[in-house]
Amino acid sequence: MTSAAQDAGTNVSPLGTPGAEAIPEQKKFALVASKGGLDELYPILIMGSTAGALGWDVRVFCTFYGLDLVNEKRRKKMKVSAVGNAASPPPIDGVEFRVPTILGILPGMNWVATWMMKNWMKKSNIPDFETLYQICVDSGVKFYACATTLGVMNVKMDDIVEGAECLGATAFLDFASEADVSLFV
Amino acid sequence: MTVEIEANKVLDCTGLLCPIPVVKASQAIKEIEVGQILHMIATDPGAPPDMDAWVRQTGHEMVDKTEEDGKYLFWFKRTR
Repeated sequence: MTSAAQDAGTNVSPLGTPGAEAIPEQKKFALVASKGGLDELYPILIMGSTAGALGWDVRVFCTFYGLDLVNEKRRKKMKVSAVGNAASPPPIDGVEFRVPTILGILPGMNWVATWMMKNWMKKSNIPDFETLYQICVDSGVKFYACATTLGVMNVKMDDIVEGAECLGATAFLDFASEADVSLFV
Repeated sequence: MTVEIEANKVLDCTGLLCPIPVVKASQAIKEIEVGQILHMIATDPGAPPDMDAWVRQTGHEMVDKTEEDGKYLFWFKRTR
């Protein structure tokens, strides 16, 4: 299904729209994950997997509680905190009743908030956390464990997921200084 | 009225939200040859601007797009 235009060696499509002038230069994307809740790390994976799909060079620096993203022991137990989130949605679809935020301190409320978020994701056909992480890895997204956080939180490299490397802030900033996009979450 | 475009591959992303349509499109375009056409169907309301951005970022060509019964239809040509 090669077009006549391509046969003629030009980049003009049969519909007359300009084609790709050149291979776009690979963009660099520096992403810092500093928070450890499921609701705070999901956006990292959505941004990362999207940029990975665009062919960007994506590097995620996991620091402070964001280290949980690459911590083998903690990543499967990630929760959504029921405390301190004034934007918590009504628990029942279509019923405008908000749970008073103070009830977030009750035992089991984090479990409920976590269950709710996982349920929305499932209903919206968004892959679960582990699948989305794997999509990132498959599209070339690189994850780094902050060296200082490893020390401060006494996490060993043995606990870090395979493929994630240890990096200091200087090395990451070296990459970020040339990045086209930098985000801190 | 859409011009019938012969597609080499069809990617149905009905019911899927960001980032999956873009992830799947990036995979699917690699499964066809340069110059071939990928036809994508999506329902994500973010898909029209997202796929415009996708061709800008990846360098592939959007041959045509249209909306039909609440579905967004795209035809992409692999350019590289």
